[in-house]
Amino acid sequence: MEGALGPGLEADFGLRRGDSFRLDLRLSIPAGTTVALLGPNGAGKSTAVSAIAGLLPIDSGSISLAGIALDAPARDVFVPPESRRVGVVFQDYLLFPHMTVIENVAFGLRSRGSSRPEAMDRAGSWLERLELGGLERRKPSQLSGGQAQRVALARALVIEPDLLLLDEPLAALDVTTRADLRRTLARHLDGFPGPRLVITHDPTEAFLLADEVHIIENGAVTQSGSPDEIRLRPRTPYAADLAGSNLVVGNASGGQVEIGSHVMYVAEQELEGEVLLTIRPSAISLHRSPPEGSPRNTWQTTVAVMERLGERTRIRTGVPLPLTVEVTSEATAALGLGEGEEVWVAIKATEIGVESESIPTRSE
Amino acid sequence: MFVVPFVGLLARVPWSDLPALLAGDVVTDALRLSLVTSLTATLIAVVVGVPLAWIMARLDFPGRSLVRGLVTLPLVLPPVVGGAALLFALGRRGLVGESLDQVTGLLLPFSTWGVVVANTFVAMPFLVITVEGALRNLDQRYEGAAASLGASRWTVLRRVTLPMIGPSLVAGLVLTWARAFGEFGATITFAGNLQGRTQTLPLAVFVALESDRDTAVALSLVMVIVSLAVLVGLRERWWKAL
Repeated sequence: MEGALGPGLEADFGLRRGDSFRLDLRLSIPAGTTVALLGPNGAGKSTAVSAIAGLLPIDSGSISLAGIALDAPARDVFVPPESRRVGVVFQDYLLFPHMTVIENVAFGLRSRGSSRPEAMDRAGSWLERLELGGLERRKPSQLSGGQAQRVALARALVIEPDLLLLDEPLAALDVTTRADLRRTLARHLDGFPGPRLVITHDPTEAFLLADEVHIIENGAVTQSGSPDEIRLRPRTPYAADLAGSNLVVGNASGGQVEIGSHVMYVAEQELEGEVLLTIRPSAISLHRSPPEGSPRNTWQTTVAVMERLGERTRIRTGVPLPLTVEVTSEATAALGLGEGEEVWVAIKATEIGVESESIPTRSE
Repeated sequence: MFVVPFVGLLARVPWSDLPALLAGDVVTDALRLSLVTSLTATLIAVVVGVPLAWIMARLDFPGRSLVRGLVTLPLVLPPVVGGAALLFALGRRGLVGESLDQVTGLLLPFSTWGVVVANTFVAMPFLVITVEGALRNLDQRYEGAAASLGASRWTVLRRVTLPMIGPSLVAGLVLTWARAFGEFGATITFAGNLQGRTQTLPLAVFVALESDRDTAVALSLVMVIVSLAVLVGLRERWWKAL
């Protein structure tokens, strides 16, 4: 049945752990595409990593990569982890603490039969490629979080895998360096020709890195789609919470951020250049008439989509800046809001999160 | 508290006669025998004990707690009882010893190999317990990471598992060797006290205390120096990690 499969990852499997947990997952990732598996802790994300890497055998279904069946219990097919061509960047990176950086990267090549000089040579050139030159002789304990992440990436890429699998690649990093490293990671992901799977609990990561996002809850995928589709039409309360964060890219200068023709005011005065704004939907208020008082960001727009989620109502506003807004259903009724109606949007400058999307040029 | 006995020992050392005493064949025989048997016992403990520790740490099988109890029993048992048990099992008329004698002609009691068996029996639990604990504490995800990079089970063990538990393995080895080096009760019960064949340093000290105090002191001094040299040497190089 493999004939129809493309060169990517095709997985459709079930896996039981203990009596209470069951993971059912269906993934299809063509080469050159990044898919994110986004879900809360305990949803089965790590189990999915183990299954695809071959560290946990599946109970039913099948996993195949580049047209080769890796795991299909019904046909007694199981390729052990060491024979799979899956490059994994593990959560916490799991660099071998007793080996130097270059030994870590050369490990996969040595294990697959390369001679020591050849393995060292190729490991060295991957380290150069990931801008890690000069760190060859360090031990993992002497690396910064960002360096460790790139060493882990080099270790996974050097074996020229057919799939790149990243388990929470940014979770171990400092919040202040995360945005920067996410951008670097996006660049490296783009450079990998095969299918890429990113496992994460962070919606920002999933929405910015992936072409397609699968939301996983309690061992099952509850929604799949492009980041925009999920943001626009979340189908479960969890997805709605995730979609909540409005992510907007703009150009900052002296506390003003240009987003296309629209200008937003933010509290952060010092960032210049490309920035990522995050606005919680509950931090945005809606009014029938021009609001008075402190909010500096106010504009008139229309209600594009309105959706009731129990006590709360989720509203998607229209041009000039589509945002997801969350208000109580009571307030919606009081305002008499409906799709197509005109409203005023107000956001306090202090409620807008700002992080640099380019190399910071702080003027301190 | 810890120093007083050693000061007492040093005070009794007949320094002028020491070279002659140390050159005596009772001392040299006992020292050679002690080193050979304790090191052999340590080697056997590694070959048998490490796989045993791995099985106990990693495999879930019925009766595992019973196995662990049996393995650690020699730790709490008086060595004399251990020696007696070995005699009943491996002696000339023993349960296993009789057929062992008939098939291979090997007689363990009152032989140097008997000393090795007694040492191993008493000392191996130290290695098993230390290594098992280290294997349990090791984050097994590292082994998964190694496998995903293409390492066979053997490569994972050799290049990841064993190096990562290295400090504990060395600590276990030192404890095992030290226990074997100082072993007395099981040895004298099972292997007897024949100079040059089964009389290790502790046995020689015990005999000399009755007859020749100066030799006993010299023997004790040798034991203290060898033990101290090994412990200090290894601590400098290996135990920093602990």
